[in-house]
Amino acid sequence: MKSILFTGLSKLLRGIGRRMIERIWRLGAGARLFFLTIIYSGESFRRFHLTLREVYFTGVMSLLIIIVSAFFVGMVLGLQGYNTLQKYGSSEAIGVLVALSLVRELGPVVTALLFAGRAGTAITAEIGLMKTTEQLSAMEMMAVNPIARVVAPRFWAGVISMPILASLFSMVGVLGGYLVAVPLIGVDHGAFWSQMQASVDVREDIINGVIKSVVFGVACTMIALFEGFDAPPTAEGVSHATTRTVVISSLTVLALDFVLTSFMITV
Amino acid sequence: MDRTTIDLWVGVFVALGVAALLGLAMKVGNLTSNKLGDTYSVSAAFENIGGLKPNAPVKSAGVVVGRVADIKFDSKSYEAVVTIKIDKRFEFPKDTFANIYTAGLLGEQYLGLEAGGEDDVLKNGDKITQTQDAVVLEKMISQFLYNKASETDSKADAGGTKPEAKASGEKSGEAKSTELGDAPF
Repeated sequence: MKSILFTGLSKLLRGIGRRMIERIWRLGAGARLFFLTIIYSGESFRRFHLTLREVYFTGVMSLLIIIVSAFFVGMVLGLQGYNTLQKYGSSEAIGVLVALSLVRELGPVVTALLFAGRAGTAITAEIGLMKTTEQLSAMEMMAVNPIARVVAPRFWAGVISMPILASLFSMVGVLGGYLVAVPLIGVDHGAFWSQMQASVDVREDIINGVIKSVVFGVACTMIALFEGFDAPPTAEGVSHATTRTVVISSLTVLALDFVLTSFMITV
Repeated sequence: MDRTTIDLWVGVFVALGVAALLGLAMKVGNLTSNKLGDTYSVSAAFENIGGLKPNAPVKSAGVVVGRVADIKFDSKSYEAVVTIKIDKRFEFPKDTFANIYTAGLLGEQYLGLEAGGEDDVLKNGDKITQTQDAVVLEKMISQFLYNKASETDSKADAGGTKPEAKASGEKSGEAKSTELGDAPF
């Protein structure tokens, strides 16, 4: 009886330990890939068309989903914000509410979440499949560094695309909020924009939002690249890696958002 | 896909992004409205500035004419010295009155300038001498309570000569006016 309990307990502890070591190992391997990508990223700038091609696939192809969802997010913010603000007789402040929540939070965060779903999964699946079909090994055989040729251009493309997509998201969202607030509900046009301009600061709000989106771009792209690069070379392995990309990217973005916000909002 | 097509689309994408960022800065942010052009600075001392913050608007007749540039504490006179920047286009007389107001009931505080009647105008580095402090809600409430208390005291004194005055005094509004109507003086 006692020995059964003991073996059960030690099995449980060993399981926890193994998982912990695996997590730390993956974190270290991810960091290593990140530094290797930075070191070998010379080629992605010398042969810039490689990066441009990836900007096309990660950025331009994500435009539609970003713009459409931004529009709806902005409109919902307008409706919900008006509903609450008019109880306090300050429905003109709706412009402030829509703009600040988009520029500070929703723009960078929702863009990063959508980006992880739209572009991150594609990157993971592509690289995972390249690995499964031994294209990466073939490159190494031809003395082509797969990190310089495959990983780095995708990394820089993600880092370039994310702030652009996030600013587009914020702008389109504000326009969506405007459409609901001014023509539909009837908030005064001048008050909407002037109150917004009075409380949105370029450095404190807009630049900080861009900084956030750059950080999210690095995190999301790097996670997607690492998961693809690290995927077991099987169909199941690639599918698991793709799922992990979405889960880990989303959690990382939300956690990083808290950390960045707590640095940016000085009490 | 053709390389030129990709270049074109990426160009469109980047242009859209730059346009969105510029739009955010110009239309949503305060890049345009914050610019005052050429300014001159004037200082004013207050005993209490309440919640006035740097970059708060300076308004005259409700129009923004400048911004609060700096707020310092003067340890000699124990006053807050507020430096404001006023647009060069607007000139104010030397005896201009500077008040701290609150936008709305709970809104942010701003500095209001009320022009005086002198011919000399304020120049760079001048000091506004006539100032009025921010209204502190606690002070106002305590003053109100004090006034109320002294009012009831005086009513109690009047009650000695007119017994029904106290009862009517408690009935607020119209009761008070009748009491004033047949006051002994």
